[in-house]
Amino acid sequence: MTIFDFNPLPFVLMVPVVSAVLLALLPGYKTTAWLNMLASLITFLASLVLFIVPRPDPGQYLLVDDLNIVFIVLNTFVGFTAAMFSASYIGHEIEIKRLSSKNVRFYHAMYQLMMFGMNLALVSNNIGIMWVAVEFATLTTVMMVGLYRTPEALEAAWKYFILGSVGISLALFGTILVYVTAQPVLGEGPPSMVWTNLLSRASDFDPSLLNLAFVFLLMGYGTKVGLAPLHAWLPDAHAEGPTPISAVLSGLLLNVALYAVLRFKMLMTANPDALAPEPLMISMGLLSLIFAAFMLYRRRDIKRLFAYSSIEHMGIIVFAFGVGGPLANFAGLLHMVMHSLTKSSIFFAVGHVAQVKGSQKLSEIRGLTQSHPILGWGLALGVLSIAGMPPFGVFMSEFLVVSSTFAKSPILALLLVFGLLVAFGALVLRLTGLIFGEPTGNSKPAEGSFIPLYALLALVVIAGVFMPGSIVSWFQSVARLLG
Amino acid sequence: MEKLAFDISHLLAGSLVMISFLMIYQERLYSLLNIFAIHAVILAMAVAWQAYTQDACHLYVTAAIALFFKGMIIPAALHRIIQKLGIHREVEQAVGVGATMLTGIGLVALSIVLVLDLTASAASFAREDLAFALSLVLLGLLMMVTRRNAVSQVVGFMSLENGLILAATGVTGMPLVVEISVAFSVLIAFVVIGVFLFRIRERFDTVDVSALDGFRGDRQ
Repeated sequence: MTIFDFNPLPFVLMVPVVSAVLLALLPGYKTTAWLNMLASLITFLASLVLFIVPRPDPGQYLLVDDLNIVFIVLNTFVGFTAAMFSASYIGHEIEIKRLSSKNVRFYHAMYQLMMFGMNLALVSNNIGIMWVAVEFATLTTVMMVGLYRTPEALEAAWKYFILGSVGISLALFGTILVYVTAQPVLGEGPPSMVWTNLLSRASDFDPSLLNLAFVFLLMGYGTKVGLAPLHAWLPDAHAEGPTPISAVLSGLLLNVALYAVLRFKMLMTANPDALAPEPLMISMGLLSLIFAAFMLYRRRDIKRLFAYSSIEHMGIIVFAFGVGGPLANFAGLLHMVMHSLTKSSIFFAVGHVAQVKGSQKLSEIRGLTQSHPILGWGLALGVLSIAGMPPFGVFMSEFLVVSSTFAKSPILALLLVFGLLVAFGALVLRLTGLIFGEPTGNSKPAEGSFIPLYALLALVVIAGVFMPGSIVSWFQSVARLLG
Repeated sequence: MEKLAFDISHLLAGSLVMISFLMIYQERLYSLLNIFAIHAVILAMAVAWQAYTQDACHLYVTAAIALFFKGMIIPAALHRIIQKLGIHREVEQAVGVGATMLTGIGLVALSIVLVLDLTASAASFAREDLAFALSLVLLGLLMMVTRRNAVSQVVGFMSLENGLILAATGVTGMPLVVEISVAFSVLIAFVVIGVFLFRIRERFDTVDVSALDGFRGDRQ
């Protein structure tokens, strides 16, 4: 058997499930934290193999194409780095007795199940299975958001749960409508829910019914993307859960929901008579960007600050995909990757900061570069990156979004730049407070792993300075696929 | 025979819409739960009728889930929760009954106009069912936003979900219906356990976003 006969897909899906069972049973947080990391690493390596091996033909249930490989590799990679961060984070939480060993077993099992849910959503070729997988991933994150059992955490979990459920219910109605649309063309039964079939025959579908379906899908999955005005669950869920979960929520789960939206957008584009999805996506993206940019000024909690920044960036990404065309799609895709990497690294830094300072309040965190230089500068670099400063990759992708928009519609580009500048101001304002000035609170050295934090930042810098041609051409082919 | 099959399925779907209206103006939690139980039983009948006319045996599983899980176990569990937690028996409504009813009528009209207009090409069997199902979804959403109490929000969510099941079973040959109804049952079980374990009371139990923001970590 050569490497080319090896099908990595079962590994991408089954390793998380098997390790979830093991993690639920095994005692001792040290071993389980290592096992969690190891499982995430194996999943990541298996997903890398997807690049090398020839793709299996799309089946009834699973699909691998240029688009979802990007998402899967990003998903499993950030999942792996978050597992590394989580090991040191959870160690500290056990030390200060905020979590019991039983909680940790539950947490680790849920972590892997969440990875399974997200990976399944990304590789499924069936819109029904995709829906079930997104719902499953949502449920596991709800459980983790409520992990601390404080009134705030429970309220955040409840709110996330109710709004998330309403969102996915709407998405299911949209999914049913897609089936209703497809059924006269593709016939009854399972084939009418297979995405590749849907795409190949999309031009024969009844456009008006497809429009209705897309509106439901955009609202439903858009809730999970955190688009304004459906974002209300997002800041609470980010702020009250354990920080590794904030990192994966921002860096990954939002992307998975976005992926679902993109799949259905492709369906809409394939039907010439259907409503153009672009204006809807542009206006929702722009609204999220500008709304979140202003909200950044009013934050007093560090995790909420970055949660709003996630809403802002998801707005930019949806906007870019809404503008469409090869360049804007490329920019949106790049920005999504850059945002995931940067935002996860920021949350890794924030997690350690909140632990050493014992608070998430911005007013109680000052002078980080003096008291904790490694951590403080890591956070500073992360914030500068997410604010869109060169030479980080986020600058490049934002620049591409702006310039591709300018080519199509200068007014939209002006609005976009306005939102970006407002957000930039808020982030720099908050950042100076955080890292300069007299150190407050606890100054004992932070114990933690800084490898994931700096590794992700290094990747963002490399992407900003030099992008290998092969990756660029890959992204370009995906951008063309998106239409 | 064809005609009769249509009429019966429309009768059942239409009764579901009527019962959704009944739920909207209930003022007491216990009677709300009883009416929800009837809603679930009628849904079970509607699904079973679809299973019979479409000759699709797997739909009987969905019908059984609706009958036993949503028609009996969940209402009974919620009954006990209300007793144990001593939640007010009066349902607090954020919006008056009259306004809610009028909005509800508007939503039903909207969904019928929308779906019947758009689905001219689809099989008529699915069309009306879809219109009724969308009405149920919208009425469920309406109930969730007009109620302040966690239990009645859960009931609103379940009636919304009944609409989704009705839509999924009404479309002939829809795959994964059973899986989806099982997934939803798991979801609902989680909510009910959540309500109970977390003792969610009047303090934080609304999906009305502005009211939910009463607690917001960065307000001091």
